[in-house]
Amino acid sequence: MNSTEKMNTIDLVNKNLAKRYRAEKRFKAYGIASIGFGLICLVFLFTDIIGKGYTAFVQSYIQLEVNLDADTLDISDPNDPNQIAGANYIGVVKKALRERFPDVSGRRDKRKLYRLVSNGSGFDLRKMLEADPSILNTKQTVWLIADDDIDTYIKSAAKDGKVFTGRVDEQAQGWVKSLMDNDEVETRFNTVFFTNGDSREPEQAGIRGAIMGSLFTMFVTLILSFPIGVAAAVYLEEYAPKNKWTDLIEVNINNLAAVPSIIFGLLGVAIFIGMFGMQRSLPLVGGMVLTLMTLPTIIISSRAAIKAVPPSIREAALGIGASKMQMILHHVLPLAMPGMLTGAIIGLAQALGETAPLLMIGMVAFIVDIPGGVADPATVLPVQIFLWSDSPERAFVERTSAAIMVLLGFLIIMNALAVWLRKRLERRW
Amino acid sequence: MKKTLMTATLAAAALAGTQVASAARDYITVVGSSTVYPFATVVAERFGKSTQFKTPKIESTGSGGGLKLFCQGVGTQHPDVTNASRRIKSSEVDLCASNGVKDIVEVLIGYDGIVIGNAKAADTMKLTRRDLFLALAKQVPNPDGSETLIDNPYKTWKDVNPALPARAIEVLGPPPTSGTRDAFAELAMEGGCKKFGWIKDIKSQSKKLKKAGQKAEAKAMKKKYKAICHSVREDGPYIEAGENDNLIVQKLNANKNALGIFGFSFLDQNSDMIQGSLVDGKQPTFESIADGSYPVSRPLYFYVKKAHIGVIPGMKEYLAEFTSEKAFGEEGYLTEKGMIPLGDSKRSQVAADVKNLKNLSM
Repeated sequence: MNSTEKMNTIDLVNKNLAKRYRAEKRFKAYGIASIGFGLICLVFLFTDIIGKGYTAFVQSYIQLEVNLDADTLDISDPNDPNQIAGANYIGVVKKALRERFPDVSGRRDKRKLYRLVSNGSGFDLRKMLEADPSILNTKQTVWLIADDDIDTYIKSAAKDGKVFTGRVDEQAQGWVKSLMDNDEVETRFNTVFFTNGDSREPEQAGIRGAIMGSLFTMFVTLILSFPIGVAAAVYLEEYAPKNKWTDLIEVNINNLAAVPSIIFGLLGVAIFIGMFGMQRSLPLVGGMVLTLMTLPTIIISSRAAIKAVPPSIREAALGIGASKMQMILHHVLPLAMPGMLTGAIIGLAQALGETAPLLMIGMVAFIVDIPGGVADPATVLPVQIFLWSDSPERAFVERTSAAIMVLLGFLIIMNALAVWLRKRLERRW
Repeated sequence: MKKTLMTATLAAAALAGTQVASAARDYITVVGSSTVYPFATVVAERFGKSTQFKTPKIESTGSGGGLKLFCQGVGTQHPDVTNASRRIKSSEVDLCASNGVKDIVEVLIGYDGIVIGNAKAADTMKLTRRDLFLALAKQVPNPDGSETLIDNPYKTWKDVNPALPARAIEVLGPPPTSGTRDAFAELAMEGGCKKFGWIKDIKSQSKKLKKAGQKAEAKAMKKKYKAICHSVREDGPYIEAGENDNLIVQKLNANKNALGIFGFSFLDQNSDMIQGSLVDGKQPTFESIADGSYPVSRPLYFYVKKAHIGVIPGMKEYLAEFTSEKAFGEEGYLTEKGMIPLGDSKRSQVAADVKNLKNLSM
């Protein structure tokens, strides 16, 4: 009787075994499918962004034979810096274009011809002449930045598929072709994109202003949120009594971490701009608003890091006569630092990608001058992306994607730094 | 030590804050319409590059939002200039005056066309303002001819006008917060709405009542008229696609049956993908908007706080740059960005008024 019962159990197990294996396999497959879905989305996102944006890293240049004669430039005294600064450089460029295409006549056609090169090319000539005044009254072969319409046309012609002509009509296409046949068109690495501030001319627009704005904003955020967050975490972990008040504070901190960021923006407008009368669009104000947003993240991660320091270390320090403050400063904080830094970096990375609260305090503005400090008006990278995505000019499409790539690069660097710090500094007990 | 550090940081931040607040601003601050933004930014950039002044800072807040900020008061923490894609309202002038902003200079810079367009792969639509009103209004005149309103029953363009294709009505347009939407309602829909005699009568009755001194009744009539002509249907065919015109252009390309409402500069830049529909037989082109024959175009303005001229460096020069022939002239660089210039005489008058800083008169 006993043995038959045993047989039955084994039979039962054997009968169900295949089903259990199948369930196990399915369970694993769900996990793989989820990861696969995530990866497909990521690949799709990256191919879309990179496919649209990689062309923004190169820029077409047009070679012209420019005659820098003092008459056309309107310079009577080459030693007068004011005259050099205010000279008629565009006139020289226009003349060079007319000489290159002598059979273009008529006001309309000439205007079209002048649009081959960027209207910012005059500033490049000014820089050249300021650097080396001896080239006045000489003929120079220079490479000038092509206009954005022309640049987009040249790039799309180099790609397979349909050529985007846009506002470049057949006559202008003929000019570009003649320039290309004579090797007078060159695509180079787009340094302007990394050295200029924002511009309404896509070929002169760069992200340097936005990067500097982001750096200044992050600097203010770090300076404010890290000490405040760590001090709050230390007090809550080491000193605070366990009562209703500290419970309430804890619940509130956890709640704040989940508050939509736009609320912090509204708060910033009301307090910093409304009550203190600060200017709009300053990295200082932006940093303070983002501080409010990052504080909960930093406090929570710092508390976790402090909690992870074994009590034996605290007891040992107190046992050999250290005061509580010495125990915290000499033992707990250094050991908890890697965890706190990781939390701070992740909080900052979050703040770096934040747009909504900055919209409220006016950091969505057209700012050409590159900010030189926390009190200069600035935008930040995600806002710059937002602004460009809304611009009508076709050439801003690729620049938007390129700016996204730069922002993603920064985020990857920050997250990698957090991982590296944790790996390097973390101690295990 | 950590606590002293904390107090020190806080003190430093507070100090920096007060310094920033009290520091004189040496750049012009501009707020306002997202439609004028692309034009104002071009002027600002050129101004910054060709003069010794700093480049003005331009924020796109929408016409209404800009005027609200502008009318907040006089002082460096308030903006100096606001852009608008409609004229300032008398209620806004009152708000300004109550906050001490009394002297305002109004500058009309040009026109912007509103395009009703679709994907180039689809056929061109030949619309009238009446069609647009009937297709998109919340309530339309009863088709049986009686002078009553019914909820918009039209599902396809053919229902609206037998000459149009039998495609479902599907229009992507801006949300109510947008100046483009206001202008579309005022120019296109009201234009079609007025074609119905009895609706037009409501407006003329309101005017009569106003003349007779019955202000409350006149206001109520006017409100009724506006409710009929400006209300956009909410049952699906009109899709709010956000303020981003680029997005609308992309969506049109994906959906060949849909029409979209957007600014002329976006048609100008994306002529390979989208085409403008004819409105009252006129194609939206540079020329037809400039001579006023294309019916859906609106004026663009900016307003300047006179009290700030002389306080913020470069104000006068910025005004001069904006109203110079090389900027807003017929062949100026603003027209290259898609702005439609004013007529010759109007332009010289505006330039002269700006030079004399003529006060706004409603």
